[in-house]
This record gives sequence, structure tokens and C-alpha cells, in this order.
Amino acid sequence: MLKVTVRNLLARKVRLLLSAFAIVLGIAFVAGSLVFTDTMGKSFDNIVYGTVSDVNVRFEDSGQAGLENEVNLDDRSLPASLVQTIADVDGVARVDANVEGMGLFVKKKDGTLLGGTGAPTLAFNWNDAPNADGDQIATISAGEVPRGPDEVAIDERSVENAGYELGDTVEMFTTGAEPQIEARLVGIVEFAGGGLAGATLVTFDTPRAQELFLDGQDAYSSVSVEADPGVSQTELADRVAEVLPDGTEAVTGDDLADETQSIINTVLGFLNTFLLVFAAIALVVGTFLIVNTFSILVAQRSRELALLRAMGASRGQVTRSVLTEAFAVGVLGSTLGLVLGYGLAGLLKALFGQFGLDLSGTALVFAPRTVIVSYAVGILVTMVAAWFPARRAAKVPPVAAMRDDVALPEGTIRKRLIVGMALAAAGAALMAAGLFGDVPRAPAWIGVGIFFVLMAVALTSPVTALPVIGLTGMLNRVLFGAVGRLATENARRNPRRTAATASALMIGLALVTTMSVLGSSVNRSIEAGVDEQFTTDFLVSNAIGQPFSTTVAEDVAAIPGVGEVSAEQNVAFGIDDRSVYGSAVDPAALERIFELNYTSGHAPESTDQIAFNETTAEQLGVGTGDRLELTFPGTELPVTVSGVYADTYVVGPSLVLRDVVEQVGLKRVDSYLAVNASPGADLDEVGDEITDAVAAIPTVTVQDKQEFSDAQRAQVNQLLYLIYALLGLAIVIAVLGIINTLSLSVIERTREVGLLRAVGLSRRQLRRMVRLESITIAVLGALLGIASGLLFGVSLRSAFSDEGITDLSIPWVQLAIFVVVAAVVGVLAAVVPAWRASRLNVLRAIATE
Amino acid sequence: MTTTTVAAQARDLVKIYGKNDAEVHALDGVTLDIHGGEFTAVMGPSGSGKSTLMHCMAALDAPSAGSVVIGDTELAALKDKELTRLRRDRVGFVFQAFNLVPTLTAEENILLPLSIAGRKPDEDWYRQVIEAVGLADRLKHRPNEMSGGQQQRVACARALVGRPSIVFADEPTGNLDSASGAEVLGFLRRSVDEFGQTIVMVTHDPVAASYTDRVVFLADGVVVDELRRPTAETVLERMTALQQRAMGAPQEG
Ligand SMILES: Nc1ncnc2c1ncn2[C@@H]1O[C@H](COP(=O)(O)OP(=O)(O)O)[C@@H](O)[C@H]1O
Ligand SMILES: [Mg+2]
Repeated sequence: MLKVTVRNLLARKVRLLLSAFAIVLGIAFVAGSLVFTDTMGKSFDNIVYGTVSDVNVRFEDSGQAGLENEVNLDDRSLPASLVQTIADVDGVARVDANVEGMGLFVKKKDGTLLGGTGAPTLAFNWNDAPNADGDQIATISAGEVPRGPDEVAIDERSVENAGYELGDTVEMFTTGAEPQIEARLVGIVEFAGGGLAGATLVTFDTPRAQELFLDGQDAYSSVSVEADPGVSQTELADRVAEVLPDGTEAVTGDDLADETQSIINTVLGFLNTFLLVFAAIALVVGTFLIVNTFSILVAQRSRELALLRAMGASRGQVTRSVLTEAFAVGVLGSTLGLVLGYGLAGLLKALFGQFGLDLSGTALVFAPRTVIVSYAVGILVTMVAAWFPARRAAKVPPVAAMRDDVALPEGTIRKRLIVGMALAAAGAALMAAGLFGDVPRAPAWIGVGIFFVLMAVALTSPVTALPVIGLTGMLNRVLFGAVGRLATENARRNPRRTAATASALMIGLALVTTMSVLGSSVNRSIEAGVDEQFTTDFLVSNAIGQPFSTTVAEDVAAIPGVGEVSAEQNVAFGIDDRSVYGSAVDPAALERIFELNYTSGHAPESTDQIAFNETTAEQLGVGTGDRLELTFPGTELPVTVSGVYADTYVVGPSLVLRDVVEQVGLKRVDSYLAVNASPGADLDEVGDEITDAVAAIPTVTVQDKQEFSDAQRAQVNQLLYLIYALLGLAIVIAVLGIINTLSLSVIERTREVGLLRAVGLSRRQLRRMVRLESITIAVLGALLGIASGLLFGVSLRSAFSDEGITDLSIPWVQLAIFVVVAAVVGVLAAVVPAWRASRLNVLRAIATE
Repeated sequence: MTTTTVAAQARDLVKIYGKNDAEVHALDGVTLDIHGGEFTAVMGPSGSGKSTLMHCMAALDAPSAGSVVIGDTELAALKDKELTRLRRDRVGFVFQAFNLVPTLTAEENILLPLSIAGRKPDEDWYRQVIEAVGLADRLKHRPNEMSGGQQQRVACARALVGRPSIVFADEPTGNLDSASGAEVLGFLRRSVDEFGQTIVMVTHDPVAASYTDRVVFLADGVVVDELRRPTAETVLERMTALQQRAMGAPQEG
């Protein structure tokens, strides 16, 4: 039997290669995701372990992962006297005090900002503190150490990207009292960990750093402590902890590294899951291709299989021979997939580098796990996909060898319909549970529900396809006469094959349609919300949501023609175990521009009051008059709920007074300024003047209503395009499926093709026939996919209406374009099969047995 | 036969398959005139080049040397596109089996060459053909719902419906039992008699050959004999004679 299998493999290499290609693409995506995230992990490992000291003294909670630390700018500092106290502890070899600054931006030589939307800029004071391994954390690799207020050292890659050279004057922007500073680039600074993952590293001398980030106090953000030989990290941490004031802690290097690591791993895990979801989609689509290819190959060989059975091969042997072929295809596909995946990871690495996450310091990591997972998944998927046709192959009765027309026994359509209905019901139930029920990991429920429904659509598609084929058939016939009729009949002759081929495209397009309905609804909702609530003339903000210096508000307010300015600072705090966003504002100024609709109570009037929007109040289960504790880094603030306001875009989910910021020890900055022109002022003119006023600070932009709405939608669209691009992989595999099915069908119908040519069908007409069949399949897939996608999109939208997708918008034009694109895809998929068909030698075709 | 027109002619037709040592001269200089309105049979032992001759004359294949003229069209001068059109409009072809497109009904199969060309059938002629073929009640059936004889008759009807100047049939009854074969042969005979159709048919069977006006004998790629107004007996006689000559040849030499 093995000999037969090997012969078959060799005889059908091209066809099997095509189906292996589906596995190649799917596995490439799996392997690529794993290699890439491993590489990222490795890169961060280097940074994490290269930059911790034996013992690190810092404020409590400054390491926690919550959004509090991302939004809030910690303004606490350790007094210089503490550094001396720590130095005197027994077992301390040396101490280095650090000043860390956030919110700094470097202006590139071309005037734009370095880093953009990518990795952050980290500002430090220069020191030569050693890490836990005894290596100096930061070194100057070229030039000199920065000294005095006018010197700075920056990492090499950033200097390169910004277009500077040693000796150049570098312009920078901060959120502090001096929003715009200049310094001469005197040195290139380098981290012991190697790469910086795209972050920009900026170092000043200590007094300058204190001036910029700690309002000039002789204080520090953290202290690095090196242990005497023989003193362990934990021992030293315990001793240091004894001399520390409340609110500060001593963390060992190992703990700090682990802590950072776990935060990074959470993010990487998310990225990995995100990428693997698309790999899974690709593999599901690929499964269809493989099922189809093997079904056709088995059908074409049914006579031969029957002969084997007649000669005494058992059913098991026949099944096994097909499965062995699948195994070989799986191994081949996985191997090629691994290789391609490695390349894909390299591509991803380069791509992320473009967006600022530079990993060039770390080589691609090829972990054994990647190899094992890739082979396991690739072989499993292929074998499972081939199992169905293999079983059917075994059912070929031996007597079929003697018959002329061998039809493979097929399960009845009725059975398919029943299974399909059951799957659809189960899928709908899962989706409903995920959407409306209170289940853990709701997205997984929804995902599996969608998967079930898609499988149901695929299973029942031989039936649902008929009306669609009927329709396209009518069109084909009217437009293309006999050729159209032949094409339609070809598509109809084996509904299962046509439907399975179309189903692959269906899945891809269903997901694309779902996303486009959601995306378009989100955009519509934003537009509606902005229209209704955005009552300000101008919005001054940072393009990536970074806060900016409060001096901007002062500058803007001073412009003649500017009436009202309401400044808003984003804050975040904990309530019980939840993280809550809020806006710190001056309610009076806010009210002059935006009308908040209080459903109960009123705006906060003192620093011990807070107001929530309705959704948040409901989630927290609080109402006006309730007492709460807000947890800020290092401190807690007891407050009373002063009121609840209707959900709105213009402020965050909660409101506190601006004075709260300083009271809890955060840095005062602004996140947004809402600006109204004074009555009678020329709007364009005022707009220009505000733009001029902030022109010097490229971190800040001015938007009017339309620009604001556009910017919001641009963000949604960006995500949408990314998802489209990733779903594109599934579509590519689906197209391969069409090519494969058509090629195999053409081979199967060789004699018929010859006959048609003999009775006068021209090559052109023959090509058109194949093309029309291809278009029929593609359009069928598109229509089924769009219909399912509409269903998913509309139900997801209504489930998320509470989460802000208030309006439903169905992008009909876009959907129509999908159908047209599908037809074009059909044309393209038919190119090779049609060419092959038209090249068939008429006589050889007729002679084919 | 009083007809003097020549419907098709082959001149010094040579067809060589393979190269060098493996060279096979399937046709080794065939010269043959097919007269209009005549039913011609081509006979010969297996491998004598009958099918190759049909294919070359019906513009399905190109000869290695020599010329084929259909009506007054020299095939060698035509490009693929023109050959396709010639096959579609001026030549009919019936194969031994698998003549029909399985997805189409009998009627659609019959009209296939016309609909490919985008032409309407001549209604009277179409009805005459259908009647002659005796399949009026089977027109909506698909090939797999018809017997082998019925399928071959459909194929013949298809070959005739476009009023081609010549029809080639390569063992059209080869796969049929004698009764079904007789149906098909009867139909072909009638189309010659009643419609003046020109038909060339390859056959093994002396009885089939007896339906024709003229039998051409082929051996080793050359025309070796010819017989007019054949009967099954005279054909058999000639065949035996030819066979003996072939077997006796080495002894004489
Ligand atoms: N495609 C081909 N390639 C090589 N040889 C061929 C091919 N077709 C036919 N032949 C050879 O040409 C000779 C004539 O074949 P054919 O015309 O089919 O004979 P017939 O129809 O009289 O049985 C035979 O020897 C056959 O083997
Ligand atoms: Mg033959």
C-alpha cells in the first residue's frame, strides 16, 4: 500500500503542492507570530535584566500595571537626604540616585517629533550606576557625559533617526514649566541591555534633570543600591527597608525584573493571541481547501481505489493510504511554513521598526516550541481535513472497479442540513451567551459562536448555494449564451465542491464584513456624538494623548479673540479593584463650553467630591451621595459622589476638581484644552492664531470640530485596515482554493474540454467558460459571506450599543465593492486553470481515459 | 454515384509520431478523395492509421506533411482560430464514446455547436434531424438517462444539425450492441440519402461497412484497396484477402 501512496504523491505533486500551500501559509503565520513575539520577549529581557540594580528604592505602587501609572504623571520625589541615609546602611557598596522624567519629546532635524506614536522617550539623569551583574547600566559610547544645563546625551539609534550629529543643538519639549528646551548633543548613551526596543533614551546631568522633571528640588525618583560582596539582594533589601520612610519600598533586582517581565508578558501575550487568532482563521480556511483537494483527488481515483478493494485491500488500508498522503502533505507544508514564518517574523520585525518599535538589537528567536507547535498544528490540520474524504474513499465498493461511471457514496444532504441547523443553533446560543450573558472570557464565547455559525453556513451551503447559482446562471446565460450556460452547469454539477470552495472565501468575507459593519457603525456613532456634544470651537490636544505643559493654556488664553478656555487633565485612580479614568477640570470653565446633562446631583464643588457618568456609576454601583475611596499612587482620597451625568464624549467617565491632582501628589499638566472664540471674533482668524501660538510645540495640535471627528475616525480606520490586512491572508488562501478546485476540475473534465474544442469551442470561449465558473464560485462565496457578516455585524453592534456604538451603519457601498472585488478575484483565480484548459491538446483530451 | 464534387481531399498525407528511434509513421502518404453526398467507410487493422486520418482530415490534428482540403479550403493555411471556426461551422464529428457534455440535455447537446457560434438553428432542418434521429421524446433528458445507442444518435444529430459540408465518425458504433448500432447506422444512411450529407466513417465491422457507398482499406498508413457498393460479404472477403497478403508478405520476400 505504501508504494501506491508514494506513487500517488509523486503523480499528483502539483495538486498536492497547491493544497500544501494552504498549510504553508497558515503555519507561516503561526510560526511567524511565535518567532516574532519570542524575539520581542528576548529583546525586553535584555533591557529588563540589564537595567536593574541589586536593590532598587522607589515609591510603593509605582510598579503596578494598572492604567493609573500610564495616565498619571507621578510627581512624588525622594529627598536627597534619603540617599545618604541609604548609603550608610551596612552592606551597601554604593548608591546612585536617579531622576526619571516622562513626557519628554525630541524634535527631529526635519521638525517632526521623534518616536511619534511608537515607543516612549525615557529621560534620566546621567549616572554610572551598575546593574545587578556589576555592569554599568548606561555608558557613553561616543562623545562625553552631559554636564551643565545645556548638554544632553541621547541613544545612537534615536540620534540617527532624528538626523543629528554630535555637537548639534537638539530641541526638546517637556510637560514642565519649560515646555521647550534646547541642548547641545555631546554624547551617545547606550544601555547595558543592548537594544532599547525603539525607546528613546535622553540623559541630562542631575541638576538639569531635577530642574526639568522635579521642579528643581534636590530630590530623586528612585535610588539604585549596590550590595557589598557577600551580601544577598534580599538581605540588603530588608536592611534598606528599615531606614525608608512610609510610602517607599526597597525591591530586589530579581523581583523588579520579574515584575517588569510579567507586565511585558501580558502585553506580548495579548499581541501573540491577536496574531494567532488570524493564524487560526487562515488554518480553518485552509482546512476547506485541503478537504476539497483530497475529495477531488479521491473522486478522480475512485476507480483505482475500487480496484485496490477488489484485489483485497481492506477499508482501513484504503483510508490509511489516503491519510498517509495527508501526513506527507502536512509535513511538507509545515516545513515550508516554518521557513516562511521565519521570514514573516523578520518582516514583522522590520515593520514594527518602521512604527518605532525597533528590535534590530536582537536576532530572531527560533525556540524549539515554535517548531513543535508548527509541525503539530500543520500535520493535525491536514490529517483531520483529509480524514473525511479518506473515509469516503474507503466506502467505494469493490464492484465500482468494473463500472463505467463511479460516483462516490456521499452523505445525504439532509444529514448535512440537520447537522448544520444544530451547529447554527449552538453557535447562536454561544454568541448570545457571550454578548448578553455574564460569562467569563466573553470574547472567546462570541468567537466560538461565530465559528459554529460559519461552519453551519459552510455545511448547508450546497443547498443555500442553489438559488445564488441559479441567479448568476441566468445572468451568465443572458450575457454569454452557451458558454455561460456551460459554466453555470459546471458550477452546479457538484454543489458540494462548489460550495466548499466558496465557503473558504465566505469565511474570510464574513469576518471582513463583520468588521466593516462594526467599523462603520463606530464611525457613525462618533460622528453623531461629536455632532451633538462637541460644542467647542477648537480643541487643543496631543496627537497621541500625551499631556502637555500648563503653559500652553496660559498662552492660548492670552490670545485676543479667545473667549473661554477649559483645560482638562486625564487622571486615573483605583476604586476597589477597578481602574477608573477621570477628567480633572475646573467645572465652571467646563460648563461655559460644554453642557453636561446631570441626571442627578451636580458637578463636584470641592476636592472631596466626584461625579460619574451613568455607565460608570452603574458599573460601580454607586449613586449621588455615596462615599468612596479613590486610590492614587501612594495615597488615598475619600470622596462623596456629587452627581451623575449622561455619557458624553467631551469629558471622561468621571469628573474631579483640578486641585485634586496636586493634592494626591501628581504632576499638573493638561491633556485637552477646549477653546471658544469670544462672541463676534472671526473663527478662522482665531483658529490661525491658536495654531501659531502652539506652533512652537509640535506635540500639541489644534483641531476644529471636523478635524476632531476626522482624527477620531482615522484611529478607528487604522485598526480596521490592520485587521483587513490580516484577514487578507484568509482571502489569499481562499483564492488558492478556487485555483486548486478549478485546476482539478479542468483535469477531471479533460475529455469534455476536448469534446467542446472538437465541436468548435474556441480557446477564448473555453477560457471564458472557466472564468465564469470561477466568478460564480467567488460571487457565491462573497454573497454568503456578506450575508453572514451582516448578521454578525448587526448583532454585535446591538450588543455593544451600551459601550458607545450607539448608531448602526451598514456600509452598502463597501459591501458592493466586496462583491465586485470577489468577481475580480474569480477572474484572477481562473487565469491559470483557464490557460491550462485552453492549452489542452484536443486529441489528447479526447483520448484521455 | 453520379456526384462529381469532391467534399474533401487528402494529398500525400504523412503523420509521424515520436522522434528518431521511436518514430511511428501513422500515415505514410495517404491520398484520398471524399466525394460529396457519399457515405464512405474507412477500414483497416488496428493501428493502421484510421483515427489519425480522421483527425487530420477533420482539422483536429495537423499532419506532418501533405495537404488536406475541405471543400476548397486548404487546412495548412489556417490559424488555430480559423481551424476552430471551420470545425464549428463546416465539419461534424462523432467519436466512439463520450460525445456528449454530461451537464447538458440532449437538445442542448445537439444545439451546442450552433449556440457556441451564437447561431439560431434552421427550424425546419432541426425538426427533420430530430425526426430522423428518432429522439423527439428524449430531448429533455441528460446523457446519463439515455442508452448508449441513444447517446450516439444524439451525437450524430449534433454533428448534422449545423449542416456541415462533411461529417467524420470514428467507430461510432464501436461501443454499441448490434441493435443500437443499427439504429445509428440507419440514421447515418438516411441522412446521406435524404439530405445529401457527406459522411466518412471508420469501422471494424463489415456489417457497418455494408451501410456505406464505398469502402477504403488502410494498412500501415497507406491506402491499399477500395470497394464500391459493399455488402458485408464482399467486405469480409477483401479484409481476409488483405490480412492474408499482410501475413504472407514476409514469406514471399
Ligand atoms: N499520440 C500518439 N503518439 C504516438 N503514436 C501514436 C499516437 N496516436 C497514434 N499513434 C500510433 O499511430 C499509429 C496509428 O494509430 P491510429 O490512427 O490510432 O490507428 P487506428 O485508429 O487505425 O487503430 C499506431 O501505431 C499508434 O500507435
Ligand atoms: Mg482508432
